[in-house]
Amino acid sequence: MLTGLIAQLLNGVQYGLLLFLISSGLTLIFGVMGVINLAHGSLFMIGAYLAFGVASLTGSLWLALPVAVLGGAVFGAVLERLLFRRFRTRAHLDQVLLTFALILLFEEGRSALAGNQFHSVPVPAVLDFSVPVIGGFGYSAYRLAVLAICLLVAAGLVWLIERTRIGSAIRAAAENTEMLNLLGFDAGRVHTLVFAGGTALAMLAGALAAPLQSVYPGMGDGFLILSFIVVVIGGLGSVAGAFWAALLVGLIDTLGKAYLPQAAGIAVCAMMAVVLLWRPTGLFSRT
Amino acid sequence: MTAILSARDLSAGYGESRVLRGIDLDILPGETIGLMGRNGMGKTTLIRTLIGLLPALQGQVLLDGADAAGLPAFARARKGIAVVPEGRGVFASLTVMENLRLAATTGEWTEARVLDLFPRLGQRASHRGNHLSGGEQQMLAIGRALMTNPRLLILDEATEGLAPLIRDEIWRVIRIVREAGVAVVVVDKTVSAVLSVVDRVVILVKGQIAWSGPPEILRADPGLMHRHLGVDA
Repeated sequence: MLTGLIAQLLNGVQYGLLLFLISSGLTLIFGVMGVINLAHGSLFMIGAYLAFGVASLTGSLWLALPVAVLGGAVFGAVLERLLFRRFRTRAHLDQVLLTFALILLFEEGRSALAGNQFHSVPVPAVLDFSVPVIGGFGYSAYRLAVLAICLLVAAGLVWLIERTRIGSAIRAAAENTEMLNLLGFDAGRVHTLVFAGGTALAMLAGALAAPLQSVYPGMGDGFLILSFIVVVIGGLGSVAGAFWAALLVGLIDTLGKAYLPQAAGIAVCAMMAVVLLWRPTGLFSRT
Repeated sequence: MTAILSARDLSAGYGESRVLRGIDLDILPGETIGLMGRNGMGKTTLIRTLIGLLPALQGQVLLDGADAAGLPAFARARKGIAVVPEGRGVFASLTVMENLRLAATTGEWTEARVLDLFPRLGQRASHRGNHLSGGEQQMLAIGRALMTNPRLLILDEATEGLAPLIRDEIWRVIRIVREAGVAVVVVDKTVSAVLSVVDRVVILVKGQIAWSGPPEILRADPGLMHRHLGVDA
């Protein structure tokens, strides 16, 4: 009973941290650029398929991680420059149509390149063992490694946003782009940086998640919905809020599925409703 | 002497509405100009056009004598044009120090010098912008603009809505900035204070320059002041 609870708690934290990788980008992109990116879940999927492709070709998942981060950053920068920059000041409906079109394009591209079947990505051999935890039960070393990587990325991201000048510029861009320009910052570059970073994080999450679940069409959809809930609970544009909200959602979703499966589907939504009634701008909103 | 910023036959506006018509203006290095006029005469529109936030419909904006068309606001800022906009533009989620450091460039106006100029900002260093009083926000906005080490500082309604003591403090700082050799453009409704600090007054009426000259002449001509500004000397 206790060992089962510990395992579910670890699963919940690890799932929450993966959600954080996705939702931190989503919240920054919305907070800074005002863009609702429905295709963010597809970027997660592309990261997972990239991991599948790299692991199949080279036999190494590790190589997929920098490829996902660097490839994601370049891909995100190109998307922002070519598409999202033009839609930044347009109505949210236009943005929804653009990002929905991107979902269709990405899914068609995925279908043409990798087919419609499910794929599995093996856990790296070096982490293919169990680590003894309390009570002698073993927990996947790969899951613990994912947990550690996500924590490191989260710490780095919070440091970047809260402690550096570029982080100040990102927060300033979320408030007043015009004023940021008047201080000599090219706000357009800040937007490109944020979108590139958000895309890289989503694709890194996909690559890390690939060995944890099958790689399959539309695998980002569920993550996208939960990520939006995380963003709303945490407060739009707040990375720290996304972190704590992601842990909360990850834990509630995982524990709900394990111990109260009939109510798991609504537990997270019910929590969001309660938070919105209590704090309509989210738990960590600065406004 | 080449002007830092110039307008040549400049017209600008919003959509179909033309607010400025045929403006000719030179802002010289070290000069302090009072840009005056009643509400809605085009002062803020002129500033927004000069700093690159609003495109010229006709005519030119020159920066150091070169056509600034196509030079975005951030590029003009990097060339030494600093603005304290109406409403201050303080970043609410950033602390005082983060607001200051965000703007920092290498030059004479360092963090220490700005904090020396506004000791109150040092006392409120870790407070976020939205936790400051109106006066503190204005000090921060001016201090932040100085951190960019500008050649030209434009202040749009810098003392509006502030307590008299804080207003005096702002005018004291404007004098210090002026004495440091920074060109200053002041838009303000406090006519007496403006006239006491500027080298030249430019009065806008219905988007055109109706009068330009030394403050002494304006002060000596109550009729002129009443006609263009609606105030008595």
